[in-house]
Formats: sequence, C-alpha cells, structure tokens
Amino acid sequence: MISPKAATRLLATLGGLAVIGTALAGCSGSGSSASSGSGKTSISVLAGGNDAASSKLANDLATAFHKANPSVTVKMETRPGGTDGDNLIKTRLSTQSMNDVFFYNSGSLFQALHPDTQLQPLTDESWAKDLTADFKKTVSTDKGLYGAPQGTTFDGGVMYNKKVYAQLGLSVPQTWDDFISNSEKIKAAGITPILASYGDTWTSQLFVLADFANVAAQDKNWADDYTDNKSNAKYAKEPALEGFTHTQEVFDKGLVNKDYASLTNVNALKLLATGKAAQYPMITSVIANVVQSNPDQVNDIGYFALPSDSGTPHATVWEANGAYIPKSTTGDKLAAAKKFVAFINSPTGCKIQADAGTPAGPFATSACTVPDNAPALVKDELKYQEDNQTGLALEFLSPIKGPNLEKILIQVGSGISTAKQGAALYDQDVKAQAQQLGVKGW
Amino acid sequence: MSTATPATSAQASDVAAPAQLASSEPPGRRRIRSPYPSWFFIPAIALYVVFFAVPTLASFYFSLTRWSLFDAQFIGIANYVQFFHDPQLYTSFIHTLIYGVLTSGAKVVIGFLLALLLTSPVIGRGYLRAVVFFPVLLSTIGVGILWKSLLDPFHGMVNGVLGFFGLPQPGWFTDPNLALYSIAAVDIWKGVGIATLIFMAGMVAIPSEYFEAARMDGASGFRIVRDITIPLSRGATATVIILSLIGGLRSFDIIWATTGGGPGFTSDVIASVIYKQYQAGFYGLSTAGNVVLFVVVTAIMVPLSFALNRKQVEL
Amino acid sequence: MTARRVRAWIVGSAAILVSVVVFLVPFAFVVLQAAKTPAEASDLKFSLPRSWQFFQNLVAVLQSGDGLIWRAFINSAVLTVASVALMAIVAAMAGYVLARKRSKWGPTVNFFVMAGLIVPPAVVPTIWVLQALGLFKTMPGMILIETTFGLSICILLFRAFFNTVPTELDEAAIIDGAGRVRLFFQVILPLLRPVIVTVIVVQSVFVFNDFAGPLYFLPGTDNATVQTTLYTFAGQNLSYYNLLFMDILLITIPPLVAFIFFNRQIVAGMTSGAIKG
Repeated sequence: MISPKAATRLLATLGGLAVIGTALAGCSGSGSSASSGSGKTSISVLAGGNDAASSKLANDLATAFHKANPSVTVKMETRPGGTDGDNLIKTRLSTQSMNDVFFYNSGSLFQALHPDTQLQPLTDESWAKDLTADFKKTVSTDKGLYGAPQGTTFDGGVMYNKKVYAQLGLSVPQTWDDFISNSEKIKAAGITPILASYGDTWTSQLFVLADFANVAAQDKNWADDYTDNKSNAKYAKEPALEGFTHTQEVFDKGLVNKDYASLTNVNALKLLATGKAAQYPMITSVIANVVQSNPDQVNDIGYFALPSDSGTPHATVWEANGAYIPKSTTGDKLAAAKKFVAFINSPTGCKIQADAGTPAGPFATSACTVPDNAPALVKDELKYQEDNQTGLALEFLSPIKGPNLEKILIQVGSGISTAKQGAALYDQDVKAQAQQLGVKGW
Repeated sequence: MSTATPATSAQASDVAAPAQLASSEPPGRRRIRSPYPSWFFIPAIALYVVFFAVPTLASFYFSLTRWSLFDAQFIGIANYVQFFHDPQLYTSFIHTLIYGVLTSGAKVVIGFLLALLLTSPVIGRGYLRAVVFFPVLLSTIGVGILWKSLLDPFHGMVNGVLGFFGLPQPGWFTDPNLALYSIAAVDIWKGVGIATLIFMAGMVAIPSEYFEAARMDGASGFRIVRDITIPLSRGATATVIILSLIGGLRSFDIIWATTGGGPGFTSDVIASVIYKQYQAGFYGLSTAGNVVLFVVVTAIMVPLSFALNRKQVEL
Repeated sequence: MTARRVRAWIVGSAAILVSVVVFLVPFAFVVLQAAKTPAEASDLKFSLPRSWQFFQNLVAVLQSGDGLIWRAFINSAVLTVASVALMAIVAAMAGYVLARKRSKWGPTVNFFVMAGLIVPPAVVPTIWVLQALGLFKTMPGMILIETTFGLSICILLFRAFFNTVPTELDEAAIIDGAGRVRLFFQVILPLLRPVIVTVIVVQSVFVFNDFAGPLYFLPGTDNATVQTTLYTFAGQNLSYYNLLFMDILLITIPPLVAFIFFNRQIVAGMTSGAIKG
C-alpha cells in the first residue's frame, strides 16, 4: 500500500518535531517566569473582563503607571467575564497562581474568595481613608480591608430616551402604574416601549435585581431575613414577588420588542440611543457601550429608579469593583503591586478611569470626582443620592444569590412560565445555593 | 499481505497468553514469545495515571464534600441527594437521550454516505473534502457566534431566505420547542467531518482485491456497499458510534455556545446542568453530578462497546 | 467507462452545489463579517460590507495586545505539534498491544479507555499534580496534559484499525528475526498511514481548538494560545463583531491549510486503489 520507507520518514519527522517542540517549550516556559533582581520589577495585572472597556482601562492604567514608575513593568492580561471569570479567579487563587493584581467584583463575589486566607490586607494603605463607608463594607471582612475601588458605582433601574419622553410629553414615572401607562402611550406612538434583550441572558434580571432598593425600603430587614431563611423573605411573597410579576406583565401586555428572545445588549442600547425604543431596564454601567456605538446620543439617555407598586421609587446601587492583591504576591512584587493599586486612585489614575472607563455614577472614593463631561444619566443618579432614595443591591447585603435567576426570569419574561412559578423555582435555587455555601439555617 | 482477512486477528489470543509479564525480561532474548511487548503500554499508563486517574480520583473524593476550592468540608452523600433533587434533572435527562441519539445517529449515517462519496472518483473531490472538514476546524466559540448570527430570527440569513420564499421564519434558538433540535443540527454540521474522516480511513484500508473480485462477478454498486464496504468498515463504524454517542451524551459545548441551555431551561442536558453548577461555584455538587453522569454513560457505553467489538471479531 | 465518468460528474456537481449552501455560505459569512465596520457587523446581516475594512481589521487584530496573536500562534503551534506527535506514538504503541493481545485484562483496559472519554478532567486536582511535578504554567506540562486527554480517542482509533493489518505479518517478521520494536516501528506503523493521518488531523484540531486547557493549566500573557485571543474579542458585551470574526478567520486558516496538506496524504494512501467505485 505505502512504501515503508516513506512512512518511517514521516515517523522520524514526527519524532524530531516532538523533540524540537519540547525543547522550544522548555525555553519559553522557563523564560516567562523570570523576574530580574536588578531593581526592576515586573508585575502582571488581570483585567476585570475582556470587554472593550475593561481591557482599555487596564491597559491605559498599566501604560501610565509604567511611565510614572519606569522601574516597574506592568503586563496586562484579560479574562472571561461572568461565571467563567468567577471560576478562573477562584482556581488561580486556590492554586497560588493568581496575577499580582486583579480586578474583580466587590460584595458577595468578593466574600466568596475567602479574603482572609487568600488576599493581602490593604487596611493601612494611605488611600483607604478616602473610601466611602458603603464601599469599605463591600471589600472588607471582620479582619481587614482588601480592595481599592476601580471604576465608579452605578445604578440599576430604567435607562430611557429623554427625547422620546419630551416628544410625547411624558414625565418620569413614580409608581408602576405610571410606568405602564407611559409605556402604553409610547406603544401607541409606534415606538418600542420597553426593551428586553434575552440574547444576553444576564439582562433578564433587572426587574428583580434593580427593584431591591424598593423592597428594602418597605422591609428594612429583608436582606438579613433572607440570609437567615426566614419565611417572610421569600421571592414567592410580596414585596419581592413584584419583580417577577413585573417581568411577566410587560410581556403579557405586549410592551416589549418583538425580538426580545434574540436581541443583544449592545444592539438594544443602539435602539434606545436612536429613539427607536424608549425604555430599557438596565444597569447604568453599560453606558460605556453607547459612548462607543452612538457617541452623539449619549446625553439623550437618562435614568430613573425602577418604579414600584407602592410609594417612592428608590435607586438600587451597585458598588464599584475592586482591585485586589493575592497572598501569593510577595517581596518586590508586593511593593510594586501596592504602588499600582494606589496609583489607580491617584489624580492621574482618576483621570484615566474617567476617560477610559466612562463614569456611570459617582466614584467610591473622595480622591476621584466625576468630570463635568460625564454622561447625562450620572446627574439623574446623583439626584437620588442627594434625596437619600438609594439602597444597595442585594449582592452587597447577602452572600446568597441563586445561579439560575437569569434563566428563570427569561422563562417568566417570555411566557414559558408564570411569575408565581418562576419565583417559587427561584426560591428553590436560592436554597441550593445557601446549602452549597453552608449558610446556617438552611 | 493483502490476502489475509480481519478474521485472523482472533488468533492473536493464542499467542498472547503466555507472555503476561514480558516487560520484565531483558530485550533481545531469543525464544518463542509474543511479538507484542507489554512495555508498549507503559508510557500510556504512566501518563494516564499521573495526569488523569489521580486527579479524577481526588475529585471523586471532593464529591462528598462542600468544596469552595479554598476549603472542603465532608458532608457525606448530601451532594448526591441535592443533585437528584434538581428541578431540571428529569427534563434534561430526556434531552440528553434525544440529543445523544440524534447527533450520533446522524453523524454515523451522514458521515458514512459522505465518506462513500469522497472515496469514489467524483469531480471536485479535494474541494469537497476540505469544505466538509472546515466546520471541524472552527472553534466552538466561533461556531456558536456564527450560527447565532445566521439563525437570528429577525436579522439572520436563513430566515431572510425563508421569508423571501414566503415560508415561516422560526426562532431557531429562541423557540423553546425548537432550540434543542437546532443545536443538534449545528452539532452535526460541526462534527460530521470527523466521522467522515474516520469512515474514509476505514474504507481506504479495505483491500482493493475485494472490490475487484466483486466487480468481476458483476455485483452492482449497491451490493458492493452492502456486502463489502459496510461489513469491512465495522471497525470504523464502531469507533464513530462510540465517539459520537459519548460526545452526544456528555458534551455540551455547542449548547453552551449557542443557547446556554435556554431559553430558560428548554435545551439543557445533564452535562450543561452540571456545568452550570460548576460555574456557580458548586464544585462538590458538580463533581457529584459528574460521577452520576459517568455511571450512566458507562452503563450505556460499556455493553455497547463490548457488543460492537465482538461483532468485529466474529466477522 | 464513459457512463461512469458521466455519473461522477453528476454526483460531484450535485455534491458541490449542496456543499456551497451548507458549508461555503457560512464560511463566506465569516469573511464578510471580518471585512465590516463594528456597527455594520453587529447587524449580523449577510451582505457585502458597505465599505471594505478587511485590511484595517486585519491590522487591528494583528496589533491587538502588542502583537499578542503572533506569540499565540507560536505557542499553539508548539503545543499542537508536540502533543499530537507524542500522543500518536504513545497511543499507537498501546493500541497495538491492546488490539493484538487478547488477555484477561482486555475488558479492564477497555473500561479505562472509555473512562478517559467519559469523565471530564478535574481542573483543580490536575493543577495540584502539575504543581507537585513543577510543570504548572510550563509548556511541557501543558503538552503532557493535552497528550493525556487525547490518549483515549487515539487508542480507540488505533485499536480499531490495527485489525486491518494481518497478524501473519507479525509472525513472519518475528521468524525472520526482526526485533519486536523494529517490527512495530518499521513494519506495522508504516501500514497504518491512513489511520496515523486521521489521528493527527483529529487530535490537532482538538488541541488547537482547546480553550479551557490552556486557560487553566497555562496561565499568563506570554503563554497565550490562539483560542485565548478569541476571548479578547468576545466579551459579555460584544461590541467588536468584525474583529472577532477576523480573529476566527485568522486562526482557522492555518489548520485549514494543514488539513489540505494532510488530505493529500490520505489521497496518496488511496492511489494504490482501495475503492474504485
């Protein structure tokens, strides 16, 4: 069939390649971990995701920092976002292979990293005194403070097109009924009233997550009761149930776009910016995408807190992300890493955060201030803050968040199941999470 | 050399028996013994044990713990109990069977036909081979993005064409009743190239004398395929069935890249449920799920593989 | 003879026509998307770009992350070539003995091979093993991991095809005085070129396309592989579909070229005329 000679040659070539490959690999493998001891240090930084904004922010910070500190080289690495990112971070930390500095969420996700055993305490750093009390809480344990703010805080609620509102003579809704009647009027004018973008599954959660400040306004102890498995703090019961019923109601009344099941977040924002759609339940940090895709329309977009069934709406606030240093970073690298973390909230660092990161709300430290050219919706957010009508999102008040909320809400929001069924299913999901976390009382 | 039939491989057992621990003997000693040195196993076994068996057994222990990666607390079989109480377990089990049978069945049939076509002298053979194999080369992430774009219910090309002819335009990945089947189709599209390749290798290995003899006897093309190609490419068929059925029962990467198991949970399979638990940080629970999946798939595959291999020998 | 040629023509043309719709159109879509502006690409329409940006996008991808993609290509090539060569040899040796020797261990070995296919790798314990051996974050470590993960499929493939090589050959060679190792490497393996090519092609694709392996076992910017670069362009908020598709195109072309090359090897194996249908 084939001459044995030719095949032997093939095999020999393969064998040769293997040897060369291993040899090459040996070189590149040993070369990468070297760090010279001649006063020069190299640290690696893991960005807060792989979207354009996270990469740019981390890159710009790295470049500027190297300029200010020529003896330290900063290598930037991106990572997947979402749950892929959660896993990567936990894996690297638990195997002592984490980068020297990493950007990650604050709140319950931060707590899940076992900060006391895994992270370098930063309590005594000079920038710590400038932090807001809320932020401090979300990056601390009983034993100390572990993170510096990176990026701004942002709010969850409704992003809306101000031009459409002005054109139709609408005013910002206070109650859920106002919101629905506004939406009906928008629909009558031939504009999509409410955007749903289940093409990106995480976007389905906003009617529930951004409603939490309203829930907390009605029941101050809800978060603690929820963590303690008290029967009043369940999603199948009011007040928390309203997030589920709202998700179902907008679908049942035909107030969402036709392509709700496949529309993506980026494209939904384009529709909102151009006035083809009027309202989008969202977190305001996504405004960075509008800055890229529709720079001329950024200021047409405003923000209002999610209206609730009863009373004044409260804005749900997400705290800034954090910059952390793992325990595995030591010696010269630790000193350089601490310098880098401090640099993030220095005047230069603040400027980079404002330019590259697009402020979506106030900063979590008094060291940085929101620039005048920030997107218009930031002013809307600040107003809630001034009026004291804000509340932290649940993920900063309780460690428990069921992993399937987004899927369950897509079922509710596309008519596959009812709000009641969805809420009951989510309570089960929450129970599973609490059991896996080993929370007492479950 | 081409006069032998595969049946002779059964004789190998006679030779093999006395040479059990041949590896301990110094090489080059001359006596009558098996021509098959047992130490040929050693590199494979060493790799398998060190990089696969040890970590896997370690992880099986963690299925009995509440494991956060940072610490592990022994909780007995609580993870298994919780796994079997997952509200999606039953439907996703059904989905797994549908998906596994559908994709592996289609890969076997289509792959076989394609291999027949691509080993026969048709025009454009080189082009056809390259193009059938192109999807295999695409990474899963790429495949997911590509087909989500093409099958987008409103802007996608497929529905554009259907609309042009006045046909219904379904939500391929967004209709709860359709999503699983759309994903299966994409899986077949991506994976059929591998099946084709294995079948081709099998067909190429069939000694040409058989075909010549059959043709001399005046056998029709159909009969040649039925009486020579199919029986003599059993080895390839068994391999394709085993690989694609295991793949179908266990893999979820295309599901993950297209719908993530959605809309809601309508295209979830067991493997994607387990993966979601892993993603959620339920490391002990997801390991327990993997143990269960392992037992289920093994229960299906071992007898099947035994039967397939046996047939091959009987030939 | 002519009738057969006519049939070859008709069947071939029909197949080409179907292949254009099923396989070439998606490929064309990738190319078109790679040539669009970000805004246009995110529309997902199958259309010619309003303004061709192919070259700009190409440059943008090649330059992203300080030319990271070049390093990634080298890393991926080294990883793929080394691990596939290693697993082909190791698995061929094991598969050969497994196919030829019918010992009482057969079913047990069979079970372990199947287990290797069924059980997904346990990430964290594997990292522990690598750390214990000092191979974590190194290319040799990654190569051994990929080799191990590919072993089961390779052994299965080899075993299936060793049966097509007659055993008389083994015995004849031994009687002729050939050593057992020589018998295997010089007599048996050369007869298996179609299978070796199949194994190389199938496993190259797996290793080259593996994303999770390098992500966990080979972290670090210097160690990036082409699949990890894909994630640079595919964030939770997809804003650069054009660059993403350009990246997909770029990293699909080298294996496609390699495949076309290996494809000739399969054809070469066939010229002695297995099927003349």
